[in-house]
Amino acid sequence: MKPLTIAIASGKGGTGKTTIAVNLALAVPNVQYLDCDVEAPNGHLFLHPKTLTTAAVRVLLPQIDDELCTGCGDCANACEFNALAVTKQRVLVFADLCHSCGACSYVCPISGAITEIERDIGTVSIGVAEKLPIAQGLLNIGESSAVPVIKAVREQALPLQHRILDAPPGTACAMVETVRGADYCLLVTEPTPFGLNDLELAVGVTRALGVPCGLVLNRCDVGDHTVLDYCHEQRIPVLLSIPYKRALAEAYSRGIPWVTAQPAWRERFQTLWQAIEKQVINA
Amino acid sequence: MKIVITSSGLDLDSAIDPKFGRCAYLALFDTDSNTFNATANPFQDARGGAGTQTAQWVLNQNATVLLTGHCGPKASAVLNTENIRIVEGITGTVREVLAQLAH
Repeated sequence: MKPLTIAIASGKGGTGKTTIAVNLALAVPNVQYLDCDVEAPNGHLFLHPKTLTTAAVRVLLPQIDDELCTGCGDCANACEFNALAVTKQRVLVFADLCHSCGACSYVCPISGAITEIERDIGTVSIGVAEKLPIAQGLLNIGESSAVPVIKAVREQALPLQHRILDAPPGTACAMVETVRGADYCLLVTEPTPFGLNDLELAVGVTRALGVPCGLVLNRCDVGDHTVLDYCHEQRIPVLLSIPYKRALAEAYSRGIPWVTAQPAWRERFQTLWQAIEKQVINA
Repeated sequence: MKIVITSSGLDLDSAIDPKFGRCAYLALFDTDSNTFNATANPFQDARGGAGTQTAQWVLNQNATVLLTGHCGPKASAVLNTENIRIVEGITGTVREVLAQLAH
């Protein structure tokens, strides 16, 4: 079987994405863990990678030469993101609105009036934890778009290994960038009204992206039945249910993965992986 | 002197819109000709950067004063290139604000 790319997403934050991603990565052979939650990458707290090699993630930003610019406004008109404003003195560039598409310099009629400079927005790190290769991104504080950093993390994917992508919470651009093109999306949720609301949004995204999805129900013995009813109705398979247990919370709080703390959990995550493989084959 | 006022409606009795970039209507009052004209803000539903574009619109009207509730940092940066006086914290209706100006 070709290497699989599995995204672990949730919609709602704090449901256990990283816990599931880390334990799955440790339980299955020939896997790489990629932390795409670049605003708060925390898989390393459980994986303890020894040495990380870090490189800057850079994006292009237009720079206007005020001497050459005629103020025609073609650049601002072409900008889909309203990152340029034409004033009588000069054209202003707003870096936090720019998506580095290059349309402004493409349409500019004056050669040399717009040049694109590189700007650091974050870092990408690669390393190994025991035998598990890992990659993680980190968005600089104050930056508004995580997408280029997530792209840089996904570019670290090794060709012959399965990839576990730890997605950011929510259903906005950063989550879309992580789930896009994956073979399967594992959605981690909890049986609460908040969990259900955000699960419905996340399922909508995976369907729009054409990525098949299945569910991990965390803290399955609290809350209500509405998440299970929804999954039944939408034919979303529940691949693993995890009870609300003090021992699990304690291991987590010490940064010890469950598969390390309790051998029974290693088997459960291996079974989860087999279930995912079966889902991908049948999708 | 041309004054731009962010408004929630087309007429003089509309309430001031407290937002700048995403205000519903942009009211333009010319103190020299005593004329008033309100237009729908074309950038109200912009996905991002509404402030920069609404500010550019204000520049294109050759206005010298902006009366609004709150003007964000990016819009202010655009308006400040022309030394436009930005007055924030404006409340009430457009008519009441213009009456205060006359005094």
